[in-house]
Formats: sequence, C-alpha cells, structure tokens
Amino acid sequence: MSQATSQTLFQKIYASHVVGKLNPSTDLLYVDRHLIHEVTSPQAFSGLKLANRKVRRPDLTFATMDHNVSTQRRSLDAAGETSRKQLEALAANCAENRIPLLDLTHPDQGIVHVIGPEQGLTQPGMIIVCGDSHTSTHGAFGALAFGIGTSEVEHVLATQTLPQQQAKTLKVEINGELSAHVTPKDVILAVIGKLGTAGGNGYVAEFCGSAIRAMSMEGRMTLCNMSIEMGAKAGLIAPDQITFDYIKGKAHAPAAEHWDAAVQYWQSLYSDADAVFDKVVEIDAASITPQITWGTNPEQVIAVDQAVPAPDSFSDATKRDAAERALAYMGLQPGQKLTDCKVDVVFIGSCTNSRIEDLRAAASVVQGKKVAAGVRALVVPGSGVVKRQAEAEGLAGIFKDAGFEWREPGCSMCLGMNDDRVDAGQRCASTSNRNFEGRQGRGARTHLVSPAMAAAAAIAGKFVNIAAVNEKGDRA
Amino acid sequence: MSQIFAQGLVCPLDKNNVDTDQIIPKQFLTSVSRDGFAQAMFYDWRYLADGTPNPDFVVNKPEYQSASILLTRANFGCGSSREHAPWAIKQYGFNVIIAESFADIFFNNSVNNGMLLIQLSKTNIELLFNRCAQGPQQWQIDLQSQEILFGNNAAMGFNIDADIKQRLLSGLDFIGSSELLNPQIADYERSRKASQPWLG
Ligand code: SF4
Repeated sequence: MSQATSQTLFQKIYASHVVGKLNPSTDLLYVDRHLIHEVTSPQAFSGLKLANRKVRRPDLTFATMDHNVSTQRRSLDAAGETSRKQLEALAANCAENRIPLLDLTHPDQGIVHVIGPEQGLTQPGMIIVCGDSHTSTHGAFGALAFGIGTSEVEHVLATQTLPQQQAKTLKVEINGELSAHVTPKDVILAVIGKLGTAGGNGYVAEFCGSAIRAMSMEGRMTLCNMSIEMGAKAGLIAPDQITFDYIKGKAHAPAAEHWDAAVQYWQSLYSDADAVFDKVVEIDAASITPQITWGTNPEQVIAVDQAVPAPDSFSDATKRDAAERALAYMGLQPGQKLTDCKVDVVFIGSCTNSRIEDLRAAASVVQGKKVAAGVRALVVPGSGVVKRQAEAEGLAGIFKDAGFEWREPGCSMCLGMNDDRVDAGQRCASTSNRNFEGRQGRGARTHLVSPAMAAAAAIAGKFVNIAAVNEKGDRA
Repeated sequence: MSQIFAQGLVCPLDKNNVDTDQIIPKQFLTSVSRDGFAQAMFYDWRYLADGTPNPDFVVNKPEYQSASILLTRANFGCGSSREHAPWAIKQYGFNVIIAESFADIFFNNSVNNGMLLIQLSKTNIELLFNRCAQGPQQWQIDLQSQEILFGNNAAMGFNIDADIKQRLLSGLDFIGSSELLNPQIADYERSRKASQPWLG
C-alpha cells in the first residue's frame, strides 16, 4: 500500500488506533479514555444490560457528576428530584461496573473537561471520548478527543472501540504576539467569527503557530474547547514541554518508571513539516482584539468597541436573516455599542473558562472593587482542585468581598440544568461557550466574553472594553 | 431495485443553525429513559410561555400534522452531543431529515437511531422549499436508488455514504458488527500494553 510519508498530527493518532476495518471507508478505532457523566450515560448502561453486555474496560473509563449538580450545596438532592435520580443512577452504574467516580463527596469532583486534565487522565496521543461535545477540550494535550452520543457511549462501554472515518484536516496557524488583555477566549471567538459556526464541519482543526506555543495549558484548553463551536470534530495542539510539565505528577500521569518512554513517544506527536492539510487559515495574533458575541451563535461576534452590525451589512441572505432574528431575540439595535449595554447577570465558569488562570484574570480586575448595584454575579470554579487553589491564593476572598457568589464546582449557568438560570430578557456576560437562544434559561440573552471582560462588566454594570479600562490605570 | 425507506408529509422548517438546545431544551435531559421525548421536541418554539401550543410555529400548523419528513436548512443539529435530540425528533414521528448540512455528532446520533439524513446543495434545498410553498407535500424516499420521489415521475437524487446506506437498509446491529472484531480488539490491547505500558 502506498502511503504518504508525511502525516498530520491527526493522521498519526488516527493510524495508531486502528484495530481493524469494518468496511472500505470505516475503521474501528481503539479508545484510550472514556469519560462519562450523569446526563448522557444512563440510557447507555440500560442498553448494555438489556443486551447482556459488560463494560469491557472499566479501568479506562472514568466518571464524574457535573451537569446537573447544585452549586449551592454538595448534596445529591439539592438540584431537585429528577436530577437526584439521574445522579443516583450514575453512582449505581459505576458501582456495579467498577468504574471510578468522582462523586459529590470527592474533594476533586468537577466538570468533566476540567478534571480529566487535572487528574492526569488526559495525555498526548490518546483517543478520548465523552458523551459531551466539549470533549474537544482535551485536544489541547495533543489527544484526539471528541464528543459522542449515547448510542456511541454504549458502544465504547461494550467494546472500548468506536467506528470512525478519516476526517479532513484544517490548520489554523496563529503567529505573532497577542496584545495585552487579549486572551485565548478572544482568539477562539475571533477564529469562529472568521470561519463561521459550520466552517469546521467535517474537519479536525489543528492550532499551531507562535501564539499557540506561547499559551499555557489552560489557554490551550479554552481554545480547543470551543473548536466544536465552529463545527470541527476536534481541536488539536501538538504537545510540547509546557504539556509535559503540566501532566507530570498528576494522579493518573504515567508512573515514574514509564515517564521517559511516554515523553519520548509524545515528542513524536506533531504534524510533519511537509504534511498537507485540506484547508489552511492564517491569522495574525496582533490583529485580534477583545471579543464579545452580540447574537445567538458564537459566530455572531465583534470586537467589544465595535458597533452591533446591521443585518443589511451581511451580503449572504441567510446571515442577514439570522442577524435579524438574533437582534430581535437579544433586544439590540444595529449600530448600538455593547459598551452602552447594561448587564443583569455575570457568570464566570464552565469548561471553557473556570480554571485557575481564568479565576486569576477575573480576580485581578475585581480586586478592591464592588459588583455594581443590581447585578447578580457568580463565580463557579471548574473543580474542587481549582476551588481549593483559588481559596488558598485569596481569589475567593476577592470575589466574595466584591459581592460575587462563590459556588461549588459544576456546569451551573453554562446550561442551566440545575437551578442557576438567567431569567427571560436578562442580559448575561458569560465566560461559557454557547450563546444559543434559551441556553442559559428561556429568553435569556447571553454575551460570550473572556473572564476579565466578564469581571469588568460585573463591576461597571455594563460591558466594558477591558483594554481601555486598563490603559486608564485600572480605574473602572 | 427500489426500496422505499419512508413516505409521508413534509414539514418545512425554514431556519439555519437549528441547535440541539432548540431541538430539546435542557430541562428534559434529566430523564434516565430513552423514551418520552416527543413532547419536548422544539419545546421553546412549539409552546408559548403559558404552555399552550404556539399556533405560528410550523410544526403546530394543522396542515403539517403527522408529518414524517423534516425539511430544513444549513448546519442542523449544531451544539451539544445530546442524543435526546434525535430521540425527540424520531419519537415525534420524523424519520427523515433533509438539510443543506448537519453537525457531525448529530448526524452520527441520528444514523445510530435508524434515521435517514439527506444532505443536498443549497440550490436543491431552495427548490424543495419552493415546492413546499405551493402547498403540503407528500414525498417518498427511495434509499436504494437514492432519490426523493415527488410523484408524477418527478424526482431528485441524493448522495449517501455507502456504509450508512448499507446499515440503514439492513438494520445492522451497531455494537454487534464491531464485536465481530473482538479478536482484533484483544490483539490491539496486547500490543498497546507492550508498547505503551503507561496506558494500562
Ligand atoms: S460546562 Fe457547559 S459546555 Fe462544559 S460540559 Fe458543562 S454544560 Fe457542557
């Protein structure tokens, strides 16, 4: 068989996981890590039971409770009766199948995409799946990680494999230096704005270039987390020393006797210099400014100091129509500046931006100030580990003194499955990843921003251009 | 050879980027069962705030009752991986969705539930919406010949992945067909343990 000698990172990982062929176009791939949570797994376990199948590799499966847990109290029944039943079903399924579970009594419990990396479960070169679309987060480590549905969860539980076809490859190369106050969240929002919500459909996106190399693991995770918002199957970043240093010493990291061999293997995980991508996008890091979404999908995004666009400014009829609907839903007028818009709710959290670096960035804006009157502001750390560290560093105190609610870990207001919701017509500055209609509550108006911008909005009571605030000497 | 996969009334949902939060809002995701999602489909569009049906939403219109083919536009099913979305659509009664494009995970989830998702060019989607504008449509979907049959010998062809076509035609057991490779899976696990012992 003739085979190109140069391969992309995606192709290398894909090829090394082929167990066999199911038919000419479909391969059966081995799954190294299967993460599960309460919402998308119960029907998979009942399906297994019905067919008399067993979990093939409970040792490669890992569970957490996150989507519908209460962030007010760490108790199974705190988010209501149906949530309690679902959480109990997860606990029972894990116990019966000997699957490790970070339940609410575990000090490290948290959002599945925060705890995977934190526990060292996420490693370069792996194939990682989870019944959750933001599984793309783990691509930050050079793992091929993607979201799956419940039928596929059942398939992985039964066989530790998944039928797949080769995806197309997209290279997003970002070179240069990011300006002050421009964060990885702004970078990914700008990329989605450029490519569109369906621009990545059918592709695995690899992010590379000097701006990516300079990012911390937290930043890289934010970037890969939202690659699903442009429709990409997965986001990928080649692992480097920053990656290895992050993993070293984590609970499930390779044991000391295997560490050197693991790193040696991980160092082979990059796209060959002459590898051919199906599509290439190049972006100058210096051109990216602080971003904010104005509409009801993440592609409807502008620089925070820009005016809300008029539907007529879109040449494409579909986009014009979408803009019109979005403006009506969001209660906005063309030409309006979002920096003139009052906010009602501020949510700092979610698997996009609830890691320690995010909380540090937000706290540095909040320090010594007060949340504006009439604004409800929440900080929901991504995991118990993040929460403890934020408390130890004094960040929790800064938030609480300013009038923020300091919560227990969970998905919370990112999707409002528990009791953390945005009311109809309320405007929310959110560090999460989806501004869909009704996502944070029926009629809720979500604006996606970075943690620092969310924090600044809480203090000012309206959206703020974070770059301008800080130039004036940090006096919001 | 012809094989009619589906036939019935077409419901035109003239929207782009219909996301899974729209298809089934999160308050319905706490169920531990696979059934009972039909009422939840498009909940926020289908019902007014007081819980009564929204007469303006296309699915609620009298002429589209008992529709089984959903026609929509680009990027249908974007957003979350919740399989509750195809469950809701299927349980409501649609087993075919025709669109300009679909989000990847939604597409896989739907196929895994035996639904047929047909992807057509923007121009062809426009033609289909034009047909619907002339009055309620009854179409047949011939999966073998890969055609949408409009009646009166009019038809429009579509492409479909050969593997998916085969699976839909034969109703192959998703897990069962992979289990045929159990010996290879065991081999893979042995060599994986030898070359990458840190993976377990
Ligand atoms: S934080 Fe939001 S996006 Fe992330 S896993 Fe939870 S619900 Fe999904």
